Amino acid sequence: MNKIVSSIKEAIKLAGLRDGMTVSFHHHLRNGDFVLNMVMEEIAALGIRDIKVNASSLFDVHTPLIGHIKNGVVTGISTDYMGAGLGREISRGVLAEPVKFYTHGGRPHSIIEGREKIDVAFIAAPTADNMGNCSGKYGRSACGSLGYAFADAMYAKRVVVITDNLVPYPLADFSISEDYVDYVVEVDAIGDPKGIVSGTTKITRDPVGLVMAAHAAKVIEASGLLKDGFSFQTGAGGASLAAAKFLKDIMLEKNIRGSFGLGGITGYMVDMLKAGCFETLLDVQCFDLSAVESIRNDPRHREISAMQYASPGAKSAVVNSLDVVILGATEIDTDFNVNVHTDSNGYIMGGSGGHSDTAAGAKLSMIIAPMFRARLPIVSGRVTCISTPGDSIDVLVTQGGIAVNPKNAELKERLEAAGLPIVDIFELKDKTERITGKPNELTRGERVVAEVIGREGNLLDRIYSVDK
Amino acid sequence: MRRSLLFLPGNNPNMLINAGCLGADAVIFDLEDAVSPAEKDAARILVRNTMRYMDIPCERVVRINSVDTEYWRDDIDTILPERPDLILLPKAATSEDILALDRYMSEVEEKLGLECGTVGIIALIETALGVENAFLIASACKRVKGLFLGAEDLTADLQCKRTKESREIEYSRMRLVVAARAAGVDVYDTPFTDVNDDEGIVVDTMLAKSLGFTGKASISPRHVDVINDTFSPTIAEIDYAYEVIDAITRAKAEGKGAISLRGKMIDAPIVARAERIIAMASALGIERGGVS
Repeated sequence: MNKIVSSIKEAIKLAGLRDGMTVSFHHHLRNGDFVLNMVMEEIAALGIRDIKVNASSLFDVHTPLIGHIKNGVVTGISTDYMGAGLGREISRGVLAEPVKFYTHGGRPHSIIEGREKIDVAFIAAPTADNMGNCSGKYGRSACGSLGYAFADAMYAKRVVVITDNLVPYPLADFSISEDYVDYVVEVDAIGDPKGIVSGTTKITRDPVGLVMAAHAAKVIEASGLLKDGFSFQTGAGGASLAAAKFLKDIMLEKNIRGSFGLGGITGYMVDMLKAGCFETLLDVQCFDLSAVESIRNDPRHREISAMQYASPGAKSAVVNSLDVVILGATEIDTDFNVNVHTDSNGYIMGGSGGHSDTAAGAKLSMIIAPMFRARLPIVSGRVTCISTPGDSIDVLVTQGGIAVNPKNAELKERLEAAGLPIVDIFELKDKTERITGKPNELTRGERVVAEVIGREGNLLDRIYSVDK
Repeated sequence: MRRSLLFLPGNNPNMLINAGCLGADAVIFDLEDAVSPAEKDAARILVRNTMRYMDIPCERVVRINSVDTEYWRDDIDTILPERPDLILLPKAATSEDILALDRYMSEVEEKLGLECGTVGIIALIETALGVENAFLIASACKRVKGLFLGAEDLTADLQCKRTKESREIEYSRMRLVVAARAAGVDVYDTPFTDVNDDEGIVVDTMLAKSLGFTGKASISPRHVDVINDTFSPTIAEIDYAYEVIDAITRAKAEGKGAISLRGKMIDAPIVARAERIIAMASALGIERGGVS
């Protein structure tokens, strides 16, 4: 038996893809991905129409999707995140049916529950054998973890692995195993390594970012959670990484041995593992070369699926054992609701990713954001879009003070006792508006262009068109 | 209390708008080296408006242009109505430089009906002549609140290379400390300019403290915490200061003259030092027995 087929086109035909079906993709190749575009081009060339695309995230490299939408090949999109270039077109109303935005944990949950059905999953694999055992750890397009592809492999009706590094059977160190895979296609390149992982992820040198990061580390120190067994997740943004660096200094100084680091993993988390701050890294996605190298070589650095990471339907998910998560925000309101989907003009420019999942699971969910970006205040009376509900956010850290959600009175007491600059979120809003002025209300368009689905499958909010 | 003084370019709105959040005891809005000649007027207005409209919870210092330029009077005209805490005068080389500034400030204050003499001067010493005249500069007039060593320009004037080890400015550092203390004013050390050398800033700041500097300037917000920590009294120093005051109070009550503590004579300079440390501790919110 051999699962190798000659081309993507052949695989599409063999998989039985027809009008109206759903195809899926993972986003581990990020903005370097070639596979989604290659597959969609073949689907279009075969004259198949009315296809739904379910992708764990979409980047601006996937802008050719807009053409497929305009000519009727693509009529639906489900995703956890969307780059600003694509988002702009969606916000202008190019797609008739609203985009469904899931979270990284909510997406596999929806697939497993059958709310989202996948007919054919196309899995970009940096290394695979002829039976479909595949891994992201090896090959010139190595991306590390393949965590977001597991649900697709396990629950799609047909699974096609697409690789540019076919190795002799069996690939021993596989992530996704052959028993899920129908076909394997070898191509010249699945992606551009420069866009897949960054060389090094750098901490910010922006002084305001560093002030926020220093506050963030002190909040964690004062929270009472920073002790042996501590667990932590942070984003790849400059200020979040700087917070991780400051936290590492505190942990080493106080000789605190944490339990695990979680999430999208960067070189900074790898450094913390190597320095003894954690016993383990649990990795659903690698962000840089150092993380890829670590997951390949260090047995303490483990790949996990999106289900184990964050699914609310899992019997247990790691986010529920997480102590602290540091997250970003494009906007946060006085009820601590956070927007990470739209920009200040209402255009889609992101998505929840693991934001809501980790916020819901972690004992301390912290937002780091500056008081204002350019001339726009970060705190508003009501966010344009609720990406993460305020009841799962504990604290907002800005350069102008730290606002604690009133639901967490104990945290506020602890931070006050530690002498940290605590400010009421309404005061913070006023203080910022004294500098920036009060921005005009955004006038939203008539059409719903996207629905934000909460991690449990509930409708959390709607995103409206921008009519300009 | 002025442990850290942070330079912020006078033409950078993003830095100015965040001036109050960066942790320094004083921010120095720079109208001199950070601003090109074509931008002087714009920076002046930006700094004026920053002081007028922004709530800045630390001391506000403005570095004007030196008295041998065509800019300094315009700087004063624009800035003085906003009542900065201090004017930092670059290239202060003689007492006459200070007196020229003092006279012009008084003139402007009088013209505007402002209280005369409340805005102080810090003299930035960055020439060989300035170092040699340090005491005369420090005692030139009542407005002078401190001396400030500028090592980058100074080493150019001394015709030597500026190094991290700083042997080349040893004499100037000590000379400035002595001159300032003799005149009864504060004295501030030159910034450490390598923003990526996390150990270097610690070593350089500890050296400055050990020589007797009041505080240290910085060109990077990343250095502010180290400078503040180094120039703050330690808990042990604060505890000892209280012991000294207790001992002296007891001795007075018992009518004793000379007293000793831990086998060491307590004399007037030790008491003065203890009082200074306690004053600084309470300014930092540290009460007896720990952080309040």
